[in-house]
Amino acid sequence: MEWILNNLPRITDLTLAHLLLALPAVASAFLIALPIAWAANRVRPLREVVVSGTGLLYAIPSLPLFIVLPIILGTGVRDTFNVIVALTIFGLALMVRSAADALDSVDSGVRLASTAVGYSPAKRFFSVELPLAGPALLAGLRVVSVSTISLVSVSAVLGVQSLGSLFTDGFERGIVPSIAAGILMTALLALLLDVLLIAAGRVIMPWARGGGR
Amino acid sequence: MNHLVEAFDLLLDAESWSGPGGFGARMLEHLWYTALALIISSAIALPVGLAVGHTGRGRALAVISSGLVRALPTLGLITLAALFVGIGLTAPMIAFVVLAVPSILAGAYAGVESVSPATTDAAKAQGMSGWQVLIKVEIPLGLPLIIGGLRNATLQVVATATLAAYVGAGGLGRQLFLGLRTQDYPLMLAASLAVILLAIILDACFEFSQRLLRRLLGLV
Repeated sequence: MEWILNNLPRITDLTLAHLLLALPAVASAFLIALPIAWAANRVRPLREVVVSGTGLLYAIPSLPLFIVLPIILGTGVRDTFNVIVALTIFGLALMVRSAADALDSVDSGVRLASTAVGYSPAKRFFSVELPLAGPALLAGLRVVSVSTISLVSVSAVLGVQSLGSLFTDGFERGIVPSIAAGILMTALLALLLDVLLIAAGRVIMPWARGGGR
Repeated sequence: MNHLVEAFDLLLDAESWSGPGGFGARMLEHLWYTALALIISSAIALPVGLAVGHTGRGRALAVISSGLVRALPTLGLITLAALFVGIGLTAPMIAFVVLAVPSILAGAYAGVESVSPATTDAAKAQGMSGWQVLIKVEIPLGLPLIIGGLRNATLQVVATATLAAYVGAGGLGRQLFLGLRTQDYPLMLAASLAVILLAIILDACFEFSQRLLRRLLGLV
């Protein structure tokens, strides 16, 4: 406890660094997954290929991906951008399937009805399909956010600063409270983000009380 | 791109695969860790998961534990265990088991639960006992999902086994961390590609066996 109090400024800094890696990755995974999922649903024969294909990305272990990705990106292994792209890929692996399922769950009768009353395809997507798929999309987003927050810390072994640095420092110097604080803060951060997502869902989708599950 | 060529040279060179510290030995070590972790975790999680699915009791526990494990940072788990039990294989093995148990548990209970109540009722009506229903009906029909749980656990463990070298154990992570410490990017890259290859091959094996099973069971 004393160690944690003495190192509070550092823990705060690392928490911020952690968020700066995780949040852009979660957001871009969500925003990229939507059009992919939409397109996959439109072109039926490709749906299973796209959905399973992106899902397969999740089979790639995280540390090796952090190391291989710079070859394609032309960045350094320790670059923030490299880490964010890798995390985005893992997010996509989870999000494309849930987004495709969410958009697919919209009742076809509703879809036909909105076309019949004159919605253009774009307007129908944004004002009918997206809101109706909202709760299921939120459920997928919550899974992505939790897993991204916990994945970030692996990059610490490469020297990227995040809450994971509390693990590497703690291990190298034999400080148990450092590691405990890291695990605790990661869990708290995941919980906090989850609560924020649920709250945002309630505000944006007041009709779906009871959350996304 | 030069680095990639050098990494492939390393991977295609017989020399780097041979010897006690070569890629071959490290890959076997990696596989051995994975297998051992799966055996220990299955011994714990399969009976519990099957019991949860069969009786319907403790379902919430199974759901919560698989959610929690997603939030657990693997590196934190390994380093914490290493500070308590020391350098070596024990610490990573503890972490592997903690990570693998919830996936296997979730797969086992979901598998049993996926069997239609009409089918289990019919089995009971034929005079089967609870055990017979479990062993002759629920387990075979739930097998694809049970294997799915093992598949998720395997992925987790193969990935995490790379970190075992960070706390003094072996596996392909050895080469990776050696490359990291000596600023040898091609070596890091070669080790990373080997881990990725291993993970994808294992995953493909599971995919294949699940498909085969579904076909054999007539679930497609």
